[in-house]
Amino acid sequence: MDNAYVPFKEANAFYGNLYQFLTDLTIFGVSPIPDWLAYLIAGFLIVFSVINTVVIITTLGTWVERRLIARFQSRLGPNRWGPWGLLTPIADAVKLLSKEDTKPDGVDSWVFNLAPLMFIVPPILIFAVIPYSHNAYISNLNIGILFIIAVTTVPTVAMFMAGWGSGNRYSLFGAMRGVAQLVSYEVPMVLSIVGVLLFVGSLSMVDIVERQFVPFILVQPLGFFIFFIAISAEMNRSPFDIVEADSELVAGFHTEYSGMKWGTFQLAEFIAPFGAASIMTTLFLKGWEGPILPGPLWFFLKVGFVWFILLWIRATLPRLRVDQIMGLAWKFLFPLGLINLFVTAAEVLAWGDPTGSEIWLMAGINWTIAVVCLVISSHLVSAKLTTRNSVLENAGNN
Amino acid sequence: MYGLGIAKGLAVTFRNLFRKPFTVQYPEEAVPQAARFRGEEFGWFEERCTGCASCAKYCPLGIIKIVTHPGGSNMQEGQSYTVDTFDIDIGRCMFCGLCVEACPYDALFMGSGFERGQYVRDDLIIPIEELKSAERRLSTWYRPQLEGKNYHPHKDEPLSWEEVGRK
Amino acid sequence: MPIRTEPITVNIGPQHPSTHGVFRMRVTFDGEMIIDVEPIFGYLHRGSEKLAEERTYTQVITLTDRLDYVSSMSNNLSYVLAVEKLSGIVPPERAMYLRVIVAELQRIVSHLVATGFFLNDVGALATPLMYCFREREKILDMFEMLCGARITLSFMRVGGIFQDAPSEFWEALTDFLEYMPGYIDEYERLITGNEILLSRTKDIGVLSSEQAINSSISGPILRASGVKWDLRKADPYDVYDRMEFEIPVGTVGDNYDRYLIRIAEMRESLKILQQCVNQIPDGPIRADTANLIRPPVGDAYGHVEGPKGELGFYLVSDGGISPYRCKIRSSSLINLTALKDMLVDTKLADMIVTFGSVDINMGEVDR
Repeated sequence: MDNAYVPFKEANAFYGNLYQFLTDLTIFGVSPIPDWLAYLIAGFLIVFSVINTVVIITTLGTWVERRLIARFQSRLGPNRWGPWGLLTPIADAVKLLSKEDTKPDGVDSWVFNLAPLMFIVPPILIFAVIPYSHNAYISNLNIGILFIIAVTTVPTVAMFMAGWGSGNRYSLFGAMRGVAQLVSYEVPMVLSIVGVLLFVGSLSMVDIVERQFVPFILVQPLGFFIFFIAISAEMNRSPFDIVEADSELVAGFHTEYSGMKWGTFQLAEFIAPFGAASIMTTLFLKGWEGPILPGPLWFFLKVGFVWFILLWIRATLPRLRVDQIMGLAWKFLFPLGLINLFVTAAEVLAWGDPTGSEIWLMAGINWTIAVVCLVISSHLVSAKLTTRNSVLENAGNN
Repeated sequence: MYGLGIAKGLAVTFRNLFRKPFTVQYPEEAVPQAARFRGEEFGWFEERCTGCASCAKYCPLGIIKIVTHPGGSNMQEGQSYTVDTFDIDIGRCMFCGLCVEACPYDALFMGSGFERGQYVRDDLIIPIEELKSAERRLSTWYRPQLEGKNYHPHKDEPLSWEEVGRK
Repeated sequence: MPIRTEPITVNIGPQHPSTHGVFRMRVTFDGEMIIDVEPIFGYLHRGSEKLAEERTYTQVITLTDRLDYVSSMSNNLSYVLAVEKLSGIVPPERAMYLRVIVAELQRIVSHLVATGFFLNDVGALATPLMYCFREREKILDMFEMLCGARITLSFMRVGGIFQDAPSEFWEALTDFLEYMPGYIDEYERLITGNEILLSRTKDIGVLSSEQAINSSISGPILRASGVKWDLRKADPYDVYDRMEFEIPVGTVGDNYDRYLIRIAEMRESLKILQQCVNQIPDGPIRADTANLIRPPVGDAYGHVEGPKGELGFYLVSDGGISPYRCKIRSSSLINLTALKDMLVDTKLADMIVTFGSVDINMGEVDR
């Protein structure tokens, strides 16, 4: 397959039709919309619709998340506004918009005000390169996955801006933790992606999906495992939520924010799991492809499944400590990532472009290696972590 | 092995996902209340009260205000006072029930309500008029005679003063 | 060239999500490491001891409810025992059994709350907390059947209890004894073996048995440090001398031991409850005492093994209707004094966990 540049209006049917319609429009024989304006309008409309879809799905997602976590905790969850509480996100938004936007003394205004914006843009940018179905994407960037890795590092800066600009020590603690954590987890995350890229030979997200003969989770179990943990840490989701750590740092880097600025942080944090689930679906679960059902539906089903697992983990696990999180990244995930990379590279070298029965052989080898590696490394890690029984002593009458 | 404990925990939460939630949506649905529940809306029976003010003396916070004048018309005892004022400031009440315990004539009872929220503190004072006219849903707390009849304040009818005595 | 660092002082509390009330710590950090802790309390001081001098002996019971509002029954029991010792009243047997029953139920409630909030402090998003509160509700329902209140109970009276338990209470208690062991197993499955919890709590906040004794620590924290000391065995009150139960003792004295001790004590409490239900005799529930007690001149100290440690009331009587002096030995306050020993050289996140494992209640600390 050639990686030649495909003109955008040919690849994207919706965009192409709209562009065509606008340029062909004639009133009294003249075309009122020049070429560049049609290009702009069509582009704006498609970006507008995608961003709003993402935001709407996320707000719905907050409702699902709160309801599901409530059920995990055997509670009812929010159910006051609308049927089953479906209007709760709207009520939340109205509340946040109407709240006073407080700004404490000693705040670095520019940095403080800019941080929420910088925090929310990157998670939305992820969706620019995610293919939702065949020929349904905003852009088929030939460096798609690189683009994602690049934009997901930007929230680190925003986090530090918020923590530093707030002039609050809790915020500073959260920001410092966040920077250390995100920088550490970039490494295993990229290592695990490289395994996939070796198979595909392309950085484009569309190519990655189209060249998955089988879902890559079968061929790259270790890579999926590392990526799953690393992306959870990147998003600051439990058990890696030391950046916010509500029981330790009040709210971490956004302690001092209120009103819609706080809402922006929160929205970004709720968009992030959808972004992560989309990336995982694309990289490891064969994206939109699947039998019987149409592509977009498959895509959303897979995203929903990954998102549910993230939620489930969030509802169950306690939080790790900051040094343990760093240790996990450098002592556990980083070596595993290297092993995965070497094994995959050797396999690709041996078989070239694997198809058919070879891929199952590779899956077998990789699963064996994954299980052996995980068992050995977990034994190394958990040498000290055996449970202990309290000694029951019959004290008699002491 | 590392991870088994985590997996066990995940299994527990997953099972709870399909359990019936143990909380209820309060205004639509309320948890059943015990018969002894010490609630607001005290039940006071003018016919039984002699105006002795034992309740006011026993109250640890002194929130019962009683003003009387001689010459009451108590139905059971010979001598008694007429009660002019009987104000209970439930804004400061801690529902310990010592006033009920102190009453020698079974004239004062704990109520069973809990929904008397007000916007102004002064509205939390129950005046004598309200005590006289209120529907008496009596708590069986410290009143074995009501318990003996298996009385439940929310399931059974409100009681009149003849029915609540020890005799 | 070494990087220049400087310690920063952070004020944790009085308004903080996990200081369990209005507790304040001035903590000096070197990065994430703690180098100094200064606990500051008194934000919830209500003068209970002084107020007791103005109340009659019966009215003081309502004050004791509000000391450690998670375990009102134990407070009631401790105070009532002190007054009984002071005035030489012996409660009837049925009352003593009922008191043991409610005190053990209260111990389970308090340990559920302690465990739940401890795990919440570790960061488990309130899931274990909700599970713990689910069972706590059942016990509070039983308390409501018993005395009409759920938290501030005022259940006990000098010379017994105020009213016999209704029949529905016994049914609820029998049910509870049946299903509760299963629920405790569920908590254990949920979190006891969890590697994240293990790595967060093992060998963190260690308190040696020597330090614990020197700081006069009591309760589960002392036992977690390996000291076999329980007032229910050491100085039995009510009918504890007839009960067969074991004292769980820890080996290291770290946060994990303190958590395990609480779980084990809940199981032991269930054993005691079962024995009480089997043994309880019929009879009166209150000794023949006047409503207005006038103990002879003298002093007495009554203490119980409360859920958080030894809870004692020292009462001095001048022969009047109210105590001349009432001193409360509150377990939470004394357990807090060892906080610095446990916290120095741990990390910020460990501080919250250790603080949660000490299980204090500000109502009792500040009185």
